[in-house]
Formats: sequence, structure tokens, C-alpha cells
Amino acid sequence: MESSNLLESWRDKPMDEIFSLCRELIEDPDYPTVNQWRKAGGKVVGHFQVYFPEEIVHAAGMLPVKICGAQVPGMEAESHFGSYLCSIIKTSLELALTKKVEMEMFVTHPICDSARNLGAIWGRNFPYKCQILYLPQNPNSKYSATYLQNEYERLKLDLESITGTPITDEALRNSISVYNEGRALMRELYAIKRDTPWLISADQAYCLTLLAGFIPREEYNEFMKAMLPRIKNGTGKELDKMRVVFEGGFCELPPADLIQTIERSCYLVDDDLMIGLRWFLEDVSTEGNPLSKLADAYIEKSTYSPVQHDLRKPKEKMLLERIKDSRAAAVIITAAKMCEPGLEEQVTYSKMLEKEDIPYFINEFEENQTSFDNLETQLETFVENILFG
Amino acid sequence: MSETIQTTPEELVGRGNKEGANLFRQWFQDLSSPAVQESGGAYVFVMGSLNEILKSFDFPVVFPEINSLQTAVRRVAPGFLNIAEDYGYSPDICGYVKADVAMQLQGGKHPMGTIPKPKIAVLTNACNTYIKWAEIWERMYDIPIFTVDIPGTRAEGTQTWQGDPGFELDKKYVVEQLKELITLCEKVSGQKFDIDKLREVLEFSNGMARGWKTVLELNKSRPALFNALTDGTIFLGMANGFRGTKVGSDYFTRLAEEMEFKSANGIGTLTEEQFRLFFVGVPCYPIFRRFNEFFTDWGGVFVHSTYLWFASGGSNLGFEYNLEDPIDSLAEGLLISVRDAMDSMFHHQTATVELADSFHIDGVVYHPIKSCRTVSTGLADGRRHLMKHNKNLATLFLESDMMDQRVVTEAQMKNRVDAFFEGLISRRQTAKAS
Repeated sequence: MESSNLLESWRDKPMDEIFSLCRELIEDPDYPTVNQWRKAGGKVVGHFQVYFPEEIVHAAGMLPVKICGAQVPGMEAESHFGSYLCSIIKTSLELALTKKVEMEMFVTHPICDSARNLGAIWGRNFPYKCQILYLPQNPNSKYSATYLQNEYERLKLDLESITGTPITDEALRNSISVYNEGRALMRELYAIKRDTPWLISADQAYCLTLLAGFIPREEYNEFMKAMLPRIKNGTGKELDKMRVVFEGGFCELPPADLIQTIERSCYLVDDDLMIGLRWFLEDVSTEGNPLSKLADAYIEKSTYSPVQHDLRKPKEKMLLERIKDSRAAAVIITAAKMCEPGLEEQVTYSKMLEKEDIPYFINEFEENQTSFDNLETQLETFVENILFG
Repeated sequence: MSETIQTTPEELVGRGNKEGANLFRQWFQDLSSPAVQESGGAYVFVMGSLNEILKSFDFPVVFPEINSLQTAVRRVAPGFLNIAEDYGYSPDICGYVKADVAMQLQGGKHPMGTIPKPKIAVLTNACNTYIKWAEIWERMYDIPIFTVDIPGTRAEGTQTWQGDPGFELDKKYVVEQLKELITLCEKVSGQKFDIDKLREVLEFSNGMARGWKTVLELNKSRPALFNALTDGTIFLGMANGFRGTKVGSDYFTRLAEEMEFKSANGIGTLTEEQFRLFFVGVPCYPIFRRFNEFFTDWGGVFVHSTYLWFASGGSNLGFEYNLEDPIDSLAEGLLISVRDAMDSMFHHQTATVELADSFHIDGVVYHPIKSCRTVSTGLADGRRHLMKHNKNLATLFLESDMMDQRVVTEAQMKNRVDAFFEGLISRRQTAKAS
């Protein structure tokens, strides 16, 4: 499938204009890049948050698309759900019910109790394949990587039944290389955020990361390769702002305006936004059995999130490392409203931060949130208390 | 059996409820001993309790879900929830978790006795909140926690069975995890694993599974022999707390005997049965009795529920272990039963349609709750699906909670239940007229 080349026309535009176009694109619930792909005859696999092995879909010649809600009213989906539920579940279904995004397959994961239900709900409402990819929830079992490899083999067969073409190991290795490159570029972006946060605002970096979920990865990589040097050569000057880590955006995404609000009083030097796209801490090997390598990387070379329990990765310790590595002075611990894992982790994080004497700011958000005045005032007070307290 | 032949009908009818309530009270009291001795217990959950392995190591087994629901039934839950919320937990998370946290913070004090602290927690992935909950104990007490990951149904209708390559791969994963769990149990208990002891426990579980399956099947009788919501909750307590024990096995044998007698003699519940109902969700424990009366006052009897399936960890299927190959068979049983428990939450509409005829169901009552997204997220959509494909079934959708009285609006619920029965009566009259 030909790539959409949508971003090609942006290449020579001024940076501000590019970021503005980028934000428009990621906030557009009509998924223009995905529709463009489909119009050209391409097939699409929608995958819910958090982590998904996009490489397997890519190797099948299909476009993996991150289904992560949107700022839409959710009228169609409302009658499919009860009251006590996070927004991302409702708006993700809304996007499909209103045909804003169409696909050949939908995959969800056992990240939380709502997300697991989404597979069955989707299956009752759409004729195409809808399934749960059972990522292992006991990564400490010696057999979990083998189990995951088998699960990837199963997914591969399902994809082959859609395209009618076998997915070769060679295609998988090529896809792993493409995604390795994309993840390396994201790591570079995050290094800029950490080391020189005045060169790119947090909301701009957020949009750049999000973009990876909706466009062919080769095109994303080309775009990032053009953007990163321009960001590094920027002329922004360092300001006297407090460095903070943002934690709690691993699934439902806060509006870019919320990130912008934080940016006004702080440098947001690290976060867990779209952590699934950045799950691997290093490149996946392109030697040997590619599905085995992908499975192994998931278990052995990955970061953390509240939706994975791994004895080797105590989340509060991993957060502490994130704070130290980014030289942050404080943490914003957020959770999406009604997000069970996020809300539970808030307590753990806050207790650890109290013990470590690291200031933190607790907040809840919703993807459809439009008012940020209170947040801004509270955050300014929080920052002033630390800087001048 | 000879004992029961001599039992008079008066003694037989209602025996299961009486014995269950007494045994269950005793079970709670027995937990006080390890609490006092500070020897600790094994914390487990109802969906895949692994009682079989833990009992073979003589661990006192604690069910935090049951502890928590008891605080709601005994109307002391608000105090527990407040303590946990003061500690930092959100009003929007699972009430069971919060009641347990509050209990732990108060040294295990519980209205039914004192609960021992955990020395190990064993859970499955049947509910994701199990994992988050166990993480709390892991941090609070620095104890080992073990998640037995049971692969569930990937898409409706794609379940695989013994002999299928997909099933065998999933089973292998469960087998390997059970072996790892046994090693951990040996380390925590200081006891060597005894496979013959496991065989003995499995045999008791088999006896319980046979009885439980029979009891559930027998409720097809008209009138229904027991109320799935009220009597059923007593049976569930027994099915969980006494799994893998002789007491549990005998209890279900005797319960099946009672139900067979009632069925043969046309003896139903205390309600004059007018409508047969199916319950989907988790009971409303803060107003447990009153909630049921909303329905029985109109002659409505809950003849079955998804709760009886998933809260018994799928043992409703009556899976019996092969004692010749205990570990392999335990893995197979876990995979099939826990998967079924998950299916009864995620794909409940399929089972509802299947049951509607054989259980002569007139209406389906959905009770999604704030506390539990596992059970509740798909209920509205499942109801839409059911109404689209089975227009003969009346449905009612009531939202509240299993723990939190703040979201239980009794008057509003009653109004809706009344309207539901008026609709059922009207349907019946229309059907008669035509």
C-alpha cells in the first residue's frame, strides 16, 4: 500500500504552522489519514490502548490505527453503556458507530475490566473480526514469552485470513526495523524534552507522539527525521520554570489544552502519554524468529504502566526512576475519571512521593474536558508554594 | 444417604439454608485463630480461587470479596468506605477493595470476626481489579502475590476445547504456572507438596461440582426451588469457602438431595411464583433483602443468575478433575471454568438466550454497579442485543452499587421495578387475549 504522503506537503512550512497542522490532525475525529489510506484500497486494524504489536499488522500490509477515544459528544455510544465508566471506552465505540473510522479488524487487550468488555461489545455491533489479544498478565512466569509468541501466531493467522496473503518472517523483520526506527525517533524527542524542554512545548511534543498512531510508520519516521533537527536548532530560551513529570496518561488521553495549561507554569520533562507506542526501552532484535523477539521484548525490555503487574517492575520505583532521570522537581499524578487502575495507582504513587519528600499534584481529567481555569489556578499555586515556599 | 432417608420432609426443606448459614458463620470464626496467632492466611478470589492447591498446603483461605460484601449486608460498609477514601482512594473505584483496605488499616477487625493478615495472595486475571487489589497487599505487607493468568475467550463463539491445538497451548501455559505456584507455596508454607493430598482435595471439589451443577439444573422446576439471588448467595458462600473440603462436598450432596425432594413434591420458594426472572450482574448488598422484596412482592422469583456462574468461578459447569493426572486436569478445569466465568460477564447475552426457554424465563433484570466494571461495562449493550434478538423477554436495567449506599436510590429503583411488573402483567394479558 502506498503511503499517504500527507505530511510531505508540510515539510517546508514554518515550525509553528507544522505544529498547528499536526494538532489539527490528531484532534480530528474523522481520522483523515486513515480514511485516505482506505480510499486508496488499504485495510485497517484498529487497536485499543495501551500496547499492541503493530509490527505484525504492518507486515501484513495493513495500517494499524490506535483507537484511543476522541473529543466527540458520544451520543450514539451512550445507549450502549451505563453511567460509571471512563470516557475513552464510550468515545472509541462512538467513532466506530458513526463510521468516523472503519476497519477490517478490532483488537482490544486485558488492560482493565472495561477494555476487556470492549471486545465483546464491538463484536455485537460490527460484522468484522473483533477480539481480545490476551497479553500475558503473569509476565513473571517462565512460560509467558512462549505463550505470547503463540498468541502472536494466532493474531498473524487472523490477519492472513483478512488479506489472503501469508506474512513472511522477512516482512516481519522489515516491520520490526521500521518500528525500531520510529521508537528511536520518539526516544530522541523525549531526550529533547528532558534536556532542553524550552526547545519544544509539551503539547507540541505530545502531538508529535500521537501522530504515530494514525499514519503509516514509514511516513512518520520521515517526518520525524525532518522535524527533530529543526527542533534541536530552535532558538527558544530557557525560562525559570519548574520541571515536572506527568503521570496518568497511559490510556485515556488528556486534551492537548490540558497539557498546554501545565506547560504555562512548568516544563513537562517526561510523561507516560501514549506509553504503548513507546513500550520498548530498546530496539527489538531483527535476528531469529521475529514473533519470538517481539514477545521477548514485551516481557523483558519494556517500560511500566498501571495496567501491567510485573514483580520486576514495581511501578512506584519505576516512577521514581523517571523522576530522577528527568531531573524533575515535582510530579503531576493524574487519572482519567472512572479509570480504576489509574485511580488506584494514584494512592501508591502519592504514598511513595510523600516518603521520598517529592512534591506532587493530584488531578483527574477527562478527554472531553474543555475548562482548565481551575487547574491553571491550582497548579500555579502549587508551583509558587514550591518555588517560593 | 441412609441418614437422609430418615430425615422428615420438615427437616429436609430449608436444610441447605440453615446448614449453609451455620457453616459459613463457623468458617468466619475459624479464621480468627490464624489472626490471633498471626500465622497469616492465603488471600484468594472467587473466580479461580486455587483453593485446591492452597488447601493441600493447609493454608487458611481468606476471601476478601466475601469479607467486603459482608460489611455491606451488615450495613457497616459506609464506615469502611470512608476510612479508605480518607486514606486516598477515589469514590469511583471498587467498593470491595476499599472495604478491605479499611479493614487492613484497622488490623483485620471485621463484623464477622478477625481476619488474618495475608502471607501469600493468589489470584487470576478473571477480574483486572484482583491484580490491582493484590498489589495493595504486596506493598502493605511485602508478601508474594501470584497471578495465574488464564487465557479467556478471544471472540464470542471461538472457544476451543480439549484436543484443539489452541486449547492445548493455553493449557500448557496454565500447567506451567501451576507448577510455579506450587514451588512458591512450598517456600511460603515450608511444606513439601503432596500430590496425594491434592488428589484428595480434588476429589472433594469433584463432589461439590456434581452437587452444584445438579442444584442449578433442578431450578428449572416450576415453581423454582430456590431464589437465585437470596438462597443462591448462601450456596455461593459455601461453594467458595468450602471448596476442596469434605464438609463442602457433603453439603452440596445434601443440598442436591433437598432440591430433588422439593422438585419431586412441587415445593417452591416462599413466594407465590408469578414471574420467573433471570438476574444479570451483582446483587445490591446495601439493601439486599429489600431489593429482593421489590420483586417477590409482585410474585417475581429469580430462578437463575450470571452471578451464580461467575461468583462460583465457573464451577456451575460441573467440571470434574481426573485424579490420575491432577496438575494437568486442574489446569484444564481452571481454564474451562474461569473462562466460563469470564464469558458469563462478557458474553452474558448468549447464555441468557440459551436459558430463557429451559428455565421458562419471563424477564431479565440487569443490575450494573459502580464498583465493578468487569461485570457492568457490557450490560447495556448486551441488553440491547437481547432485546433485538429475543423480543419476548422483558428487561429491566437498574444501576446502583454492591457496597456504596450513596448511589442506591431505593425509591427510584422501586418505581422502576413496579413499572417493569406492570409491563409484564400487560404482556401476559395481551398474550392471553390473542
